[in-house]
Amino acid sequence: MQGFPFQPEQASTIARSVDYLYFFITAVTLFFTALIFLIIFYFMLRYRRRSPDERPKAIEGSLPLEILWTAIPTLIVAVIFVWSSTLYFQNAEPPKGSMEIFVTGKQWMWKIEHPEGQREINELHVPLGRPVKLTMTSEDVIHDFFVPAFRVKKDVLPGRYTTLWFQPTKVGTFHLFCAQYCGAFHAGMLGSVIVLEPDEYERWLAGGVQGESMEAAGEKLFQGNGCITCHQGDGKGIAPSMLGVYGSTVHLTTGQTVTADDAYVRESILSPNAKIVMGYKPIMPSFQGQLTEEQITDLIAYIRLLGKAQPKSQEEGKQ
Amino acid sequence: MSTATLEPRVYAPRNYLNADYGWKSWLFTLDHKRIALLYMVSVTFFFIIGGSFAVLMRIHLVEPQGALVQPETYNKLFTLHGVVMIFFFLIPSIPAVLGNFLVPLMVGARDLAFPKLNLLSWYVYIVGGLFTLYSAMAGGVDTGWTFYTPYSSTYSNTQVTAVAVGVFITGFSSILTGLNFIVTIHKMRAPGLTWFRMPLFLWSMYATSIIMVLGTPVLAITIFLLALEHLFHVGIFSPALGGDPLLFQHLFWFYSHPAVYIMILPAMGVVSEIIACFARKRIFGYKVVAFSSVAIAVLGFLVWGHHMFVTGQSVYEGLIFSLLSFLVAIPSAIKVFNWTSTLYKGSISYEAPMLYAMGFIGLFTMGGLTGLFLASLATDVHLNGTYFIVAHFHYIMVGGAVMGYLGGIHFWWPKISGRKYPNGWAALAAAIIFIGFNLTFFPQFLLGYLGMPRRYAFYPAEFQVLNVMSSAGATVLGVGYLIPLIYLMWSMRYGPIAESNPWGATGLEWQTPSPPPTENFPVIPVVTQEAYAYAEEEVAGD
Repeated sequence: MQGFPFQPEQASTIARSVDYLYFFITAVTLFFTALIFLIIFYFMLRYRRRSPDERPKAIEGSLPLEILWTAIPTLIVAVIFVWSSTLYFQNAEPPKGSMEIFVTGKQWMWKIEHPEGQREINELHVPLGRPVKLTMTSEDVIHDFFVPAFRVKKDVLPGRYTTLWFQPTKVGTFHLFCAQYCGAFHAGMLGSVIVLEPDEYERWLAGGVQGESMEAAGEKLFQGNGCITCHQGDGKGIAPSMLGVYGSTVHLTTGQTVTADDAYVRESILSPNAKIVMGYKPIMPSFQGQLTEEQITDLIAYIRLLGKAQPKSQEEGKQ
Repeated sequence: MSTATLEPRVYAPRNYLNADYGWKSWLFTLDHKRIALLYMVSVTFFFIIGGSFAVLMRIHLVEPQGALVQPETYNKLFTLHGVVMIFFFLIPSIPAVLGNFLVPLMVGARDLAFPKLNLLSWYVYIVGGLFTLYSAMAGGVDTGWTFYTPYSSTYSNTQVTAVAVGVFITGFSSILTGLNFIVTIHKMRAPGLTWFRMPLFLWSMYATSIIMVLGTPVLAITIFLLALEHLFHVGIFSPALGGDPLLFQHLFWFYSHPAVYIMILPAMGVVSEIIACFARKRIFGYKVVAFSSVAIAVLGFLVWGHHMFVTGQSVYEGLIFSLLSFLVAIPSAIKVFNWTSTLYKGSISYEAPMLYAMGFIGLFTMGGLTGLFLASLATDVHLNGTYFIVAHFHYIMVGGAVMGYLGGIHFWWPKISGRKYPNGWAALAAAIIFIGFNLTFFPQFLLGYLGMPRRYAFYPAEFQVLNVMSSAGATVLGVGYLIPLIYLMWSMRYGPIAESNPWGATGLEWQTPSPPPTENFPVIPVVTQEAYAYAEEEVAGD
């Protein structure tokens, strides 16, 4: 279903299924608009006033009709609701093994960071046919990452991470818009998503290395900021080791548990006292204002890497 | 050589318009009908201001790089257009103008329950309006009418506080009006006017008033918190200060989604009156229509999260808000079916108010159905924040609410002014508005689906054709709005004198002279019939 007039290009795996739903709702809209218009025109002609003292008989109403025209719209919206929610839930989580890319929004540009260390501004290069997961945050106000050809959109918020994924199905350059008003040059916060053939993407990746990988940058930050002093790898430090932590379930002093994901690691860096791991004391200083958004994502990338390693010893608090 | 004949001079009977003269008699009046006229002049003034911002925007968007102003100025134009149109035109339009004029007349009372509060509400509204106009002249504000944080609270260096104060103050005028209507409808109905004999306009005013009284305080608090953060950097919404940016959106839409129903429910009430009169039929399924207004008012408070499907809120939250949003569509659909069925076997005449009412049904149907795209999660992800949204809510709030307001003005104009307007011109204006409206806003649905985000001061060239079409339509629409302004003003002086019931309508307001005397009714009427007793046997038996 491509090539309708006024239809945006379909360039992702979900675009087609979103368009089918769109066409269905369009058909419902057109049908009922036409129905109402036709009935009104017909009644207005058929029952036009023929003499000034005409007094039509009163009609009270009709319970069966009321039930009928409550049931029909209910049924139709139920179909749309189930269809669209199923589609939405199917597409909510990125597939396993997605490529991970970090996005930082800033008045008025998109900063992109690839795990291998490539950095781009207002351009996002991705390979054809691979699912790509974006982890996004903002340095200032709320932005919104919108690629019409992929039918994806997600707000980019300061102080937290949101994620979005897509799998391109077409080579080419596609609009990337900011869809949440963000100030004077909101309209200029434009970028492009450039989808390349896989081998071309490899060439692009190899060609333009501007720095070290995110993980390497994160490791330097981990040492340079003194994290390593307390978070020792062997678990003997005064703070928990980071080995095997990412993705695991962490037990807190409050008795609650939390999954160590991006949001948790970020919070632990910026507001360390919000959640204390069982068996440890709230002694870590906050790094709020000392790290840029990119440095935080680099640190997270490194902690993710450490998460894949096995912890060397069982800490006391862990059950 | 004519013979001069001495005719006895005819004095117009005393009515609310000629009861007293001079500016004091207007600015200190406690008569609900005069206060309604104060509101009518004020909302018309704000409509012209808000409309001129829209004209400038549409001229600007004729060219992809922007034809008229700098992006900063464009951002201020759409912000003030939204603020003025929503808070100073649409919300007060039908309730404060037609509601003020008609609620006491329709219930058969001499005034609203609290006439002094009523006058106070107009002054409060004007003070709020002056703050907003001041902010516009002192450099404007560029946050969008939605004031999303943290942009509005910590980044924008425009007149956020002045506008926030203006909107905050104006909110109290809504609360006072709503309170007045609720008490009046409960306590001051004429003998025999039971709840189910009330005209549907009163039902819709009642539902609207409940939203105003329950919802507006939340907006006031939200705006107050925003101003606190903007002025004193108290951390509430800005993450840099330890706040939560999405909290603002939750609070804001908790009021601002029901506010959509503050704008549309009154128009639905107007349309019910007009259709019954010009089809000479009682409204098909009267009780269903009345209760669907109440259902809309209640459900309207539970759907705010559908504005936030792409903010990263939990998928389950999205699921529930999507379901509730679909549910609120059903009472609206029921109303459309009942209005349409009212025409069945009626005696339909095509006078101007009826044309506006039919225009309302057409545009409201399209506006309502396109809401399905946005209640549905998967399609909303693509359409949210694009021109599709802009088109959808203009179909409801301009196509629906403004069409309803104009229909009501045309229907009750003979009662309000005591004069008739030229029906041909009025019918022409209704047609021009309907066509101009569709030319302006239909292309915006297409733009939205193609992916053009809203609030863009410049845009990729591929969107130009549709933008030019929209701007061309806007000129037609603008002409359509100007015509009634001219002939209605003309009619105040030159229009033929209107009789007390020119349309042959039921309803207590038509049983008193046009214009009504200050005390509305010489003797408080006794109601013996249901509303809309248009049928032959009922009229004969009256």
